Amino acid sequence: MAVVYEKSRGLTDNPLTYCPGCSHGIVHKLVAETLVELDILEKTIAVAPVGCSVLAYEFFNCDGIQAAHGRAPAVAAGIKRTNTDKIVFTYQGDGDLASIGTAEIIHSAHRGDNITVIFINNAIYGMTGGQMAPTTLIGQKTSTSPYGRKEEQAGRPLLVSEMMAPIPNAVYIERTSVHDVANINKTKKAIKKAFENQINNKGFSMVEILASCPIGWNVSPVDGNKFIKEGLMPYYPLGVYKDEGGEN
Amino acid sequence: MANLVTITESMCKGCALCADACPKNILEMAKDRVNNKGYHPATCINMAACTACAICAKMCPDSAIRVERDA
Repeated sequence: MAVVYEKSRGLTDNPLTYCPGCSHGIVHKLVAETLVELDILEKTIAVAPVGCSVLAYEFFNCDGIQAAHGRAPAVAAGIKRTNTDKIVFTYQGDGDLASIGTAEIIHSAHRGDNITVIFINNAIYGMTGGQMAPTTLIGQKTSTSPYGRKEEQAGRPLLVSEMMAPIPNAVYIERTSVHDVANINKTKKAIKKAFENQINNKGFSMVEILASCPIGWNVSPVDGNKFIKEGLMPYYPLGVYKDEGGEN
Repeated sequence: MANLVTITESMCKGCALCADACPKNILEMAKDRVNNKGYHPATCINMAACTACAICAKMCPDSAIRVERDA
């Protein structure tokens, strides 16, 4: 019997603390598999955010540190500049990167920090109870927008990839999704490219991944993945927003 | 010998993303039992029909599924 698929050794044996059907687990697997395939697991340092994935360093089988809310890119920049032989990535949600951490991510890209950013966009604050995030869609019901987000009150959702792409020192910006296996495979390719860019000293790379939060959205996991396709993707178009790194 | 799907039931959270993704529709949540977390775990109801495509395993957020192909 040939093993077609099994749990990556890039993940620890700790059980994931995420809710049933949460996309964090899928993205964790993709990052872990990539670290193993690129043979960089032993020299990688993960920077965990605040949010559901605050304990991400417990799950990735590499070194890790947890940063103050939104400050993961600043911490990662410090680690990378003092340990240039290490591979450093941040793993951040939208409540972390697109809200309190917007300054840090923009300045990190402007400085051209040679780090990899994995950005999970599920359009909600999951850990704290499903509140409206800057990325919550117009009309989307959350615990703090029970009648749906209103544009006249809260403006339009923040388009992070579109915002980051014009920054001169950002090398690679792509938005992907994990709602089905075809898109999971594409996401893995994007994550791999983001890490290869860092290995080859090309500079700042970010992959924005549209993700499901079934509990926060108050839907079943299967319907959550449908909402990524039918709800999120029309407003957050998938694609490569910038790729100046070329082939690796 | 058929292909083999091994589901570590203690890791399963019963989200059913595997069953939804399976092109052969041979996975379902076992309604007759719950695991240590209190979820109905995924189970394969017709192993002979499995093509070892591993779509279920790729979809599983908790890495609970191992897929082996009969060589």
